[in-house]
Amino acid sequence: MISAHGVGRIFGEKRVLRGVDLELPRGGFGLVTGPNGAGKTTLLRMVAGLAIPTEGELHVDVTRDRVGFLAHEPLVYRELTALENLELYGKLYRIPERKERIGMLLERVGLWDARRARVNTYSRGMTQRLALCRVLLHDPDLLILDEPYTALDVQGAELLDAQLDELHGAKTFLVSTHDPQRVRRLATCELSL
Amino acid sequence: MARKHRIPLPALAVASLVLVTLALVLVFFVAPNDADQGFSQRIFYFHVSIAFTSYLCFGAGAWKALRHLWKRDPAADLESYVAVHQGVIFGSLVLLTGSIWAKISWGHWWLWSENQLVLFLVLFLFYAAYFMLRFSVDPGPQRANLSAVYALFGVVLVPVSFMAIRLAQHFIHPVVFTRHGAAFGGWILATYLVAQFAVILLAYTLYRVELAGKLLDLRIRALRLA
Amino acid sequence: MSYLSDVRALARKDLLLELRARDTLPAMLLFVVAVFVVFHFSLPEGSSDVAASGLLWVAIVFTALLALGRAFVPEREQRVLDALVLSPADRSAIWLAKSIATFAFLAAAEVVALPLFALFFHGLSGQAIAGVALADVGICAVGTFVGATAVATRARELLLPLLFLPLAIPLIIGGVGASVVADPGRYLGFLALYDLLFGLLCWAAFEYVVVE
Repeated sequence: MISAHGVGRIFGEKRVLRGVDLELPRGGFGLVTGPNGAGKTTLLRMVAGLAIPTEGELHVDVTRDRVGFLAHEPLVYRELTALENLELYGKLYRIPERKERIGMLLERVGLWDARRARVNTYSRGMTQRLALCRVLLHDPDLLILDEPYTALDVQGAELLDAQLDELHGAKTFLVSTHDPQRVRRLATCELSL
Repeated sequence: MARKHRIPLPALAVASLVLVTLALVLVFFVAPNDADQGFSQRIFYFHVSIAFTSYLCFGAGAWKALRHLWKRDPAADLESYVAVHQGVIFGSLVLLTGSIWAKISWGHWWLWSENQLVLFLVLFLFYAAYFMLRFSVDPGPQRANLSAVYALFGVVLVPVSFMAIRLAQHFIHPVVFTRHGAAFGGWILATYLVAQFAVILLAYTLYRVELAGKLLDLRIRALRLA
Repeated sequence: MSYLSDVRALARKDLLLELRARDTLPAMLLFVVAVFVVFHFSLPEGSSDVAASGLLWVAIVFTALLALGRAFVPEREQRVLDALVLSPADRSAIWLAKSIATFAFLAAAEVVALPLFALFFHGLSGQAIAGVALADVGICAVGTFVGATAVATRARELLLPLLFLPLAIPLIIGGVGASVVADPGRYLGFLALYDLLFGLLCWAAFEYVVVE
């Protein structure tokens, strides 16, 4: 599903990535590790389609509506409620039975009771759990998670573990993390930057 | 990344020098005095030539921009930038020569009634912002895209601004081909054509020089970051 | 058609955000009134109506700049624009929705500003108001586009007026012309042409502004 050869990226005068090779088949679980500043986020953004490599070739064999990207930032509007945020994304991703699915996801991550509160009242953990909902909303085939455990609270982390266990094999994952021990058991290949 | 150009640079430089000299000779010694404005009209040959060349440069910049966006031509971004740069340089000269002409003919260094001058002022503002935009983004695909889009906006702005300024209803600026009409023949036409061709050639030479320099910069940078 | 429903969903989001934050529209209204007061003291005794009409357009353009500067703030603050770009929605829908929302704010501000102008200076004819409406379309279309461009750079707010004003000059000429000339047809036609040309250009080119 993902095929990268010699992928590199230069930002201005700074080289952020050099000669990255990656082959990730469908159903695979790719683990990306490396110190801060190694370019993990840049690589994930390129796979997601948000940035273009300046060198090398990158092929991602999936359409935009089948990709879910969990970034450093939660990518939700802080002035809107959880419900309003998910409604917007639900409409943009043309999800069938939108309201039911949103309700189901909010309940699963434990945000149902807070659904009508604005996101700027949430704790960091709650916001990241909402971000997780956003990512899972359209049931993507390719899930790209950029250091997902960093902003999650204990409850959220357990939820994510459960999701990963449930979905791995059926979906393709590309995950970058500081804490590889947590997900190494699931990984089918590992890339160290 | 570099495109192979057919005409070698030294040949261009020599040709430009010859032609510009010829144009100067024709303009100052051979072309007859204009009945209306006498000597001041001579700067007009260059003013109009430079203006037209400037439009050509902006047009070329927009064309290269289109090639970058549409065909993903790797050389096009830099070529577009250099073309726009030349356009701005010659555009500044339009403002300068126009101002000199205005002072000689009408006694003022600036005339709001001069449509061409006003148009070039607007374009100058627009393309100056182009450079601010370009230098405010790190080199890369995004900078190339933003620059290309902006260059395309510029080329649409030219006729639109032209229309707008005319609509502002000032007709003092002599529009060369319509005003002079039948009297515009013989040596005047020949001189103008030589001057025009000379300026275009000069612009192209400068374009090639700057492009070569920028490409060299890029190669050094690529080596440094490899 | 799903394109239109995307635009509607996005525009609704923008209007909702402003309703919650309630900062842009009040700021625009206060700004416009303040500018009118400044005009009064800037215009010397015996200035013509034409001069005041011209200044109206200065007020409109700079009030619009206020709104445009704020337009992409929610998207920029936490890179929410990434999420919108990732979605299957056509990228130009983002531009169109934002333009529509900005137009709504500008129109809302003008609903107050124009009568106030009539009160302070002189009445506005139907043709002037038609000019304002047509020019608003151009201002919002081009301004939103340029706002997205500015947000992608380091200089951001600094760049927005520099990019926007040269493009706005034809609109101002058209608008002033429509206000003061006896036969405004050509000016209104020109404004419509501008809106069409630049609207198409923005619509086609927005894709390239938001992808890195």
